Amino acid sequence: MADLTPNVTPMRTAAENQLLALFPSVKARLPGASAERQQAYDAFAQAGLPHRRVEAWKYTDLRAVLREAAPLADVPSAALLGEVRAKPSPFAGLGPSLVIVDGVFEPSLSDLDALPAGVEALGLAGALGAAQPVANLGEAAVADDAVLALNAAFMTDGVVLRVAAGSKVETPVFVRFVRTGGEPRSTYTRVLVVVGEGASLTLGESREGPAGVAHQDNAVLEIVAGDRATVSHVVLNTEGRGSIDLSTVGVKLGAKCLFNTFALATAPALSRRQIFVHFAGENSKISLNGGALLNGRQHADTTLVVNHAVPHCESRELYKHVLDGESTGVFQGKIIVQPYAQKTDGQMMSQAVLLGDNATMNNKPELEIFADDVVCAHGATCGQLDDDLLFYLRARGLPKPDAEALMLQAFVGQALETIEDESIRGVLESVVEGWLKARM
Amino acid sequence: MPAVQETVEQVRSIDVDQYKYGFITDIEMDKAPKGLNEDIVRFISAKKGDPAWMTEWRLDAYRRWLTMQEPTWARVEYPKIDFNDLYYYAAPKKKEGPKSLDEIDPAILETYKKLGIPLREQEMLAGVQNTRVAVDAVFDSVSVVTTFKDELKKAGVIFCSISEAIREHPELVRQYLGTVVPVTDNFYATLNSAVFTDGSFVYVPPGVRCPMELSTYFRINEKDTGQFERTLIIADKGSYVSYLEGCTAPQRDENQLHAAVVELIALDDAEIKYSTVQNWYPGDAQGKGGVYNFVTKRGDCRGANSKISWTQVETGSAITWKYPSCILRGDNSRGEFYSIAVSNGYQQVDSGTKMIHLGKNTSSRIISKGISAGRSQNTYRGLVSAHRKATGARNFTNCDSLLIGDQCGAHTVPYIESKNASAIFEHEATTSKISEDQLFYCLQRGLSAEEATALIVNGFVKDVLQQLPMEFAVEAQKLISISLEGSVG
Repeated sequence: MADLTPNVTPMRTAAENQLLALFPSVKARLPGASAERQQAYDAFAQAGLPHRRVEAWKYTDLRAVLREAAPLADVPSAALLGEVRAKPSPFAGLGPSLVIVDGVFEPSLSDLDALPAGVEALGLAGALGAAQPVANLGEAAVADDAVLALNAAFMTDGVVLRVAAGSKVETPVFVRFVRTGGEPRSTYTRVLVVVGEGASLTLGESREGPAGVAHQDNAVLEIVAGDRATVSHVVLNTEGRGSIDLSTVGVKLGAKCLFNTFALATAPALSRRQIFVHFAGENSKISLNGGALLNGRQHADTTLVVNHAVPHCESRELYKHVLDGESTGVFQGKIIVQPYAQKTDGQMMSQAVLLGDNATMNNKPELEIFADDVVCAHGATCGQLDDDLLFYLRARGLPKPDAEALMLQAFVGQALETIEDESIRGVLESVVEGWLKARM
Repeated sequence: MPAVQETVEQVRSIDVDQYKYGFITDIEMDKAPKGLNEDIVRFISAKKGDPAWMTEWRLDAYRRWLTMQEPTWARVEYPKIDFNDLYYYAAPKKKEGPKSLDEIDPAILETYKKLGIPLREQEMLAGVQNTRVAVDAVFDSVSVVTTFKDELKKAGVIFCSISEAIREHPELVRQYLGTVVPVTDNFYATLNSAVFTDGSFVYVPPGVRCPMELSTYFRINEKDTGQFERTLIIADKGSYVSYLEGCTAPQRDENQLHAAVVELIALDDAEIKYSTVQNWYPGDAQGKGGVYNFVTKRGDCRGANSKISWTQVETGSAITWKYPSCILRGDNSRGEFYSIAVSNGYQQVDSGTKMIHLGKNTSSRIISKGISAGRSQNTYRGLVSAHRKATGARNFTNCDSLLIGDQCGAHTVPYIESKNASAIFEHEATTSKISEDQLFYCLQRGLSAEEATALIVNGFVKDVLQQLPMEFAVEAQKLISISLEGSVG
């Protein structure tokens, strides 16, 4: 019987072949030791691009979507840098920013001098090139994932941000990822944030780029937080329509940490945001939140893996999807409670409103529990706007588009409220309002 | 601590190790040689007196099965099954069992007593020889069976074994068999299609409300349906049938692997209610042995306004791999799934449902209660999906898990896929242990820890118990308490 069982080895797609061919050709000019890159490359060569048979990628078939792997982005020219300088950051005026243009950290555009006390930043490429290995790199982003492996193989540059122990940083620090050029190019960046014991940091990320260019970005953010550290993190993705945005966040928390993250996606053609949280110390609390406002044929995927490896930790997740046109929203959340991780408290909620007749929402909230003294719950809903509520608003004189916008604003607002920094929240709220206005 | 002592004894009394008492299996049986090949499939087909088309159907399934791979996605672990080391046919007729109840292990009888099973039925369950007579006595001999058959006949309901149906009603079987669970649906369903030995067939004609609850329990002649059971139930337009599968008593069973297929078809305005209580051998205290229950159950609401309802109480089997599903094809059709899955010892349960909304204004409801104790793993895995054209689809899902002890695991893996804006899906799941406050409240009022747990658990599963037919519900409630004995204290 065994002899008759066909041994299926899928054919490599064009994109896979391009990626495999790319590595040997660029290997020499990638910074840092090549042994680890080679290892990651081999892991990718083994696995190939994730496809729907890979459970974690069930709803985002990258193998089918990624038809061509774009070549690595060129080092930006002085003229391009000038253009970027002229473009204001969506978070302008809220705090110093570190700028990464086409995958290259640009100190000349960054406000290195304006960094708050206790915060130290340097380029990743430089750090990788130094004799000493970069401390904490690869500590938080650990997963058996082909996209993460690709990043480890190809990462060109990024930022290493360290907050000294005990530094309570009031001013938020921003990292801008700016894309330029009219031809699709790919970038592989990595940002490492190490927050020392008892320190606190608010980190804002913005992704900006030209509309209509199918840029491909593979970004990894690693956050390593010492005991009693507080980290708030916000991502705003307004990168031009057409791009493919793969982002992985790895978080490792010590004891008594607070971690809060929010991501808003409105622009990319395809976005996949995967967050891996590992609790290494007791009594930590996390709150993972996000929203996606999609139309056309956009596809947004949020995949969370929250690993409760120690007792007495708390996790909260709230995600909101608004899906218009033929867009697709994906939410996969997995809460793992390891044996002995008693007194774990985990609550997860994913809600979606489908506006378009051909919109799709796929929810997979998972619980994997090996300890008994826990309180875990998840909820998932999807539906359309409530006719009764709509009628109520229209009966009070609001035109239908306004009534819908109001309801959607309230719907997404619930998640936006989790952003602690008011000024950052204001920026995101205005992006949501802009999206709703454009729809009316 | 007398309460603890009592608990220990109770647990010992139902200790699964003791099932093997009095069951001698080394006897002359009408067995096919071990292993599986086309000849064995033909042999089974010939034994069953299949017509030629059925033999071909089986062989086709067998050939397809050869190209398939065992599924590995479920959260269950077991040593690889050597499919060539199994018997695929064993006629149960010449079985040598204990001569009377005196030879049965008293511990098992004790369990029967706890469940309140009448003496004669106990004999049947324990496999005492000449049970036919005994059971006939219970149901007042042939006359009752005949009355019951007569009554069904008067109503026009066909209720017989699937082999009989293949011979007597080939037109119905050919029309419906394999239309809900296609031959190549999955590895085990395909295997079943090739080698199924028996099972039930029910056809309820248009407009008929089946005058009684049908049950395998009544079909004495088919009490050992074997490892590969195949059930096909068809409710024609406007009809209603309620079918009970299994029974609450621990049933002796030497089969390691059970791969059954159940297909339900509800035409316009028809309703099928399918209830299961499964309490097979769960393996010994070390997790050795026990039944592997790999079942494919699916209902097709083919007609408008049809309804299919699954209710299951799962307490037995070492491994349960089972997803009773509904395809809501007809407009306004409705699917329901109510489940209690209790796991203790080293049991592994991976169960759930699929609600596939295809028609307009279809609705479904899922209530799943998982209770894991000991070192068991209990997984709910379910899918709710709305097709593009499933306008107005509605689903409510509630799956709760209760953990007793810190060695067990409870997992929830729901898939919720909506492709229609007007579909409204709600899903909620919780996992917790028995509330200390509730326990304290009960203990304070003089209940033992054991009784208090049973009370709280019964409250936890009440929503599902209410869906079971009356007599089943009472037994199931007792069964759950027994299954959980020894898990607290």
